[in-house]
Amino acid sequence: MSVQIEIPNSPRKQRVTNWEKYGWLYMRISGPLLIVLIFTHVFVNLFTGEGIKQIDFAFVAGKWADPFWQWWDVAMLWLALIHGTLGMRTVINDYTEKPKLRTALVGTLWSVSGALILLGTLVVFTFDPCPPTSNPDLLPSFCEAIASS
Amino acid sequence: MSVVPAGTLYRGKVGMWSWVLHRISGVAIFFFLLVHILDTALVRVSPEAYNVVIESYKTPVIGLAELGLVGAILFHGLNGVRIILVDFWSKGTKYQNIMFWIVLVLAVGITAYFTPGHLERVLEF
Repeated sequence: MSVQIEIPNSPRKQRVTNWEKYGWLYMRISGPLLIVLIFTHVFVNLFTGEGIKQIDFAFVAGKWADPFWQWWDVAMLWLALIHGTLGMRTVINDYTEKPKLRTALVGTLWSVSGALILLGTLVVFTFDPCPPTSNPDLLPSFCEAIASS
Repeated sequence: MSVVPAGTLYRGKVGMWSWVLHRISGVAIFFFLLVHILDTALVRVSPEAYNVVIESYKTPVIGLAELGLVGAILFHGLNGVRIILVDFWSKGTKYQNIMFWIVLVLAVGITAYFTPGHLERVLEF
């Protein structure tokens, strides 16, 4: 009786999705997008106007009154945090020897990232630039017009 | 079966040091990003809560750390372009050395350009 064996030098069959390849590609696609998104973010918030001094609730509210900056910041949030999580995963894989520890660390990492992506997205899209009970001095100037109408 | 890792230091040229800097800057930016999402989320609590916390970004010590952050972002982004060019450009490996120095000069140069104005704001001369 003969046993059917595969030809020894036949190429390995790729039966499952190659996630490592897509992770590698993700870094190289999100990277250039993040350069545009983050360099502009840092330039607008820190390099122009009063720089760090201008950052307060009214400044953020002024930006997020415009859907353009809402989507800009949400795109940045998703792209950057997934990019960072994949990078941290690589670091964990490089330095952990025990598989159980590796799984625990990578699991914690994705949980934290997922929670922060969810939190950040909710914050941007449920944001109220003119909360009714707040001190008007802390709010953007357009809130006055809304309050008096 | 446990594996004893071999030494992690190798070569010691531009290829290694750009990798080290890319990793350190990446990890630093990652942890800042976690904090930055949480501090920004305070706009959903109250204007007062957000303003109190964001004031700490305008203090001298954190202000100096922000220079490091800007430098890290510039280096990581520009060196990322270098990595992409090494991977996808036929002449990438030939010019990887000079590209590293261009990345470093740009990152240090733009950070230096940003430094005087930023220090004036956080140090209150």
